[in-house]
Amino acid sequence: MRYDLVVGLETHVELNTKTKIFCNCANKFGSEPNTNCCPICLGHPGTLPKLNEKVVNFAIRAGLALNCEVNLISKMDRKNYVYPDLPKAYQISQFYDPICKNGYIELDSGKKIRINHIHMEEDAAKLVYKGGDTYVDYNRGGVPLLEVVTEPDISSSDEAKEYLEKLQMIMRYIGVSDCKMQEGSIKCDVNVSVKPEGSDKLGIRTEIKNMNSITFMAKAIDYERERHIEIIENGGKIMQQTLRYLPETNSTESMRSKEDAQDYRYFRDPDLVDIVLTKEQINEIRNSLPELPGERFKKYVNEFGISENDAVLLVKYKNVSDYFESAIEGLKNVKTVSNFIIGQIFRSLETEAEKEEFKILTAPNQINELAKLIESGKLNMNLAKKALIKMLESGKPVTEFVSESDMKGISREEMKKMCEEAVKANENAVKDYLSGKEKALKALLGSVMKQTRGRGNAQEIEEILKGIIVK
Amino acid sequence: MSDQKRGIIKHIHKLISKKEISCMELTKKYLDEIDKSLLNAYITVCEEDALEQAKKIDEKVGAGEEIDILAGVPMTLKDVISTAGIETTCASKMLMGYKPIYDATAWKTLKDKGAVLLGKTNMDEFAMGSSCENSCIGGSKNPHNTDYVTGGSSGGGAAAVAGNIAAYALGSDTGGSVRQPASFCGIVGLKPTYGSVSRYGLIAYGSGFDQIGVLAQTAEDASIIFDSIAGYDPMDSTSSPKYTPNSYESLSGDIKGLKMGIPKEYYDGVDEEVRKLIEEAMKVYESMGVKIEYFSLPEVKYTLPVYYILVCAEAASNLARFDGVRYGHRTEHYKDVNEMMCKTRSEGFGAEVKRRILLGNYVLSSGYYDAYYKKAQNIRKLITSAFYKAFREYDVLLTPTSPVTAFPMNKNYGSPQEVYLADICTVPVNTVGIPGISVPCGFDSKGLPVGMQILGDRFSESKILNVAHRYEIETQYENNKCVDMGVRL
Repeated sequence: MRYDLVVGLETHVELNTKTKIFCNCANKFGSEPNTNCCPICLGHPGTLPKLNEKVVNFAIRAGLALNCEVNLISKMDRKNYVYPDLPKAYQISQFYDPICKNGYIELDSGKKIRINHIHMEEDAAKLVYKGGDTYVDYNRGGVPLLEVVTEPDISSSDEAKEYLEKLQMIMRYIGVSDCKMQEGSIKCDVNVSVKPEGSDKLGIRTEIKNMNSITFMAKAIDYERERHIEIIENGGKIMQQTLRYLPETNSTESMRSKEDAQDYRYFRDPDLVDIVLTKEQINEIRNSLPELPGERFKKYVNEFGISENDAVLLVKYKNVSDYFESAIEGLKNVKTVSNFIIGQIFRSLETEAEKEEFKILTAPNQINELAKLIESGKLNMNLAKKALIKMLESGKPVTEFVSESDMKGISREEMKKMCEEAVKANENAVKDYLSGKEKALKALLGSVMKQTRGRGNAQEIEEILKGIIVK
Repeated sequence: MSDQKRGIIKHIHKLISKKEISCMELTKKYLDEIDKSLLNAYITVCEEDALEQAKKIDEKVGAGEEIDILAGVPMTLKDVISTAGIETTCASKMLMGYKPIYDATAWKTLKDKGAVLLGKTNMDEFAMGSSCENSCIGGSKNPHNTDYVTGGSSGGGAAAVAGNIAAYALGSDTGGSVRQPASFCGIVGLKPTYGSVSRYGLIAYGSGFDQIGVLAQTAEDASIIFDSIAGYDPMDSTSSPKYTPNSYESLSGDIKGLKMGIPKEYYDGVDEEVRKLIEEAMKVYESMGVKIEYFSLPEVKYTLPVYYILVCAEAASNLARFDGVRYGHRTEHYKDVNEMMCKTRSEGFGAEVKRRILLGNYVLSSGYYDAYYKKAQNIRKLITSAFYKAFREYDVLLTPTSPVTAFPMNKNYGSPQEVYLADICTVPVNTVGIPGISVPCGFDSKGLPVGMQILGDRFSESKILNVAHRYEIETQYENNKCVDMGVRL
């Protein structure tokens, strides 16, 4: 039998607000343990939470960027459970009335992965296991999170990957999160089930907790899919349970079964008041949203004629895309700039993190200046590329590396004259070329180019040379 | 001094600012009397801190500086209000030795005004109870008759004010915990509107019901203290940003023509002696030109179950943090963290607290939430709108504070419900979030005080304090009887 895979994702996005969600402690990764905490985030008796308005603002930004409706009234609830990393023994979250609902992310195929809702909540502290003992670091306790919950619309591990990459990209674009998987600032729980192909009835699902790598997430989905199918094919029944993925063996193991499922006893947190928003507030935030990666991608491909592959690379990181946008101002052919970025500039940035940061010495307006020289025919590509390398190394403008005479260009007449001289001076090479040795022409071309001091257009020169020889 | 309490705060302020007595001398008098007292009112006495603060006040007076009306006035806090560096136990073994690292906003406000904190007073464990006997140090004793309870949960504070070992006290009132002990001990107890006094630093019992309240000798004293502690606190999202209290200024207001509603349902099952005394009070009001009118408020009948469902749910969640990991009691021997938490909680909490935690978790559990918690929330809304409707008709409502007067200590109760029934007159105020004040209105045949309760609309503290104050003047404070113990000025 053939099976359909059904996947839903619950993604936790850590927000990059300056302070925590309910107190004024710094929201910072990598500090000394227990230095970013206070009586409130330590849950000391008598303390009260105070909702950080920035978190609400970020949640609305995220909701609008993910095509959600924003609820004009939403509320905070308590999720009660006991664990040493949760000092109040409840997590303040949104269960009954989350801030955003009914959104979607569109995949490249045009398929929409629906988002059921987005809610705000606080992160728990971090448990550190050392020498048989467990220590609690409360720095992370109270860090603001958004949980983005999809409908079970995902039907392959590739779709799950694409969804997550797009979500990550959008969150970075709107500036609410770094979404650094390695620092845990984005992680997801994956719900997986399978059903007979085309069936309407969902199968029993398992949930894989805390995936913090896109690659592993995809592997875990594929593994679970195979495991489910195998059990069903052998006449067994899937057990609803929560699993943990083991990367070493590419397999999953049980954390707890449905019977042990927690009863969170959700109820409205009486310490916090309703979050009441106005349409004006929401519109103001909507208007402040930047152009999103999906929109930019379409613009690059459809309007700029950039290839899809290149467009993907350009929009992947907001810094790159922003750089590109400002470097193409006033240009007719923006491909020169995209080629510079994807070719020359990316070559100097080794890691993805470096590309994401996109810290380079050359300012976008300097690239713009360079591109304009090319566009106006004052500088040929060859010289431009050489200049670019020097510009990237030094941060200096193009005028430092090309002379007035470089930019004068060279007339066709002059080139023709040079070519004729070259043909005369290299009879052997001409003979070789005529006897079928293509390479021989390159030698001629090289010597002419040398004479033009790089100003000549190689293609044009080749054309002239061929014309002379064949005649 | 006469046999009636006519208020003490202005008197002390005059004595200190005119240098008729030094704050040091006064504070020592109180500390001596606390030392001698048999009321079991205090859990912690802050002798050093009190004397240090008194010294500062004397220095200010000596330097000719003007001092706040509450500066140098010796007072107490219920042991549920957080005090930095001073043990705050909630009368529970669970928090023995726990010293908060911050001050509750209400306390910080008073401290900055120069209040002298004598100590932390006794209470029912985590404010759960109405006799003060659910305390890990045993109940406080009623100054009017030490064989009787003070009421609760703010029993220690009520005993301290009635027994003259504190000029006033701050308590907390979740379902009557300020008003009921005030009525049992013959003093004034004010439960302000939910959101008028910051809850920051008040160790939570039922977060949607808790409110810091005032225990004082007279309505005028209560008014002075209330004005000092009320107001918006950015640390408490549920505190009202709009409210600037000025109840003291309105105390001179005439109450002629005021409409006073008497909700009949409050008088069902009320002790005859109590009822008669409140009817006497109605006559006093009538003689002052107040219009008295009986009316029906049937929703009140549903308040008790609604209150206990909701408050226990919140309590179960609020008290889950006491697990022995970070502060307070931790069991001595354990194998792992789960056993540590289990044993710590089993040892740390008393029976009533455990009962309410179990009840609260039950009503929130999956499958029961709709039947209990959600239904109770809906009925709470009905009760609230019924009260709002009543206040469109009447300026204030008059009810008993408690159906009975103080009960004997160590009484055997048939069931916990029997004890919960005693809260029937006080819980509606917290369920609706309105203010209420208990004012002494006489004594029963056993010589135990009786209190009447004046209720007002949200943020109408000025009005109910004035209505109480007018009554005290009209009756020449005859019901604010002095007990022959403690500091007499």
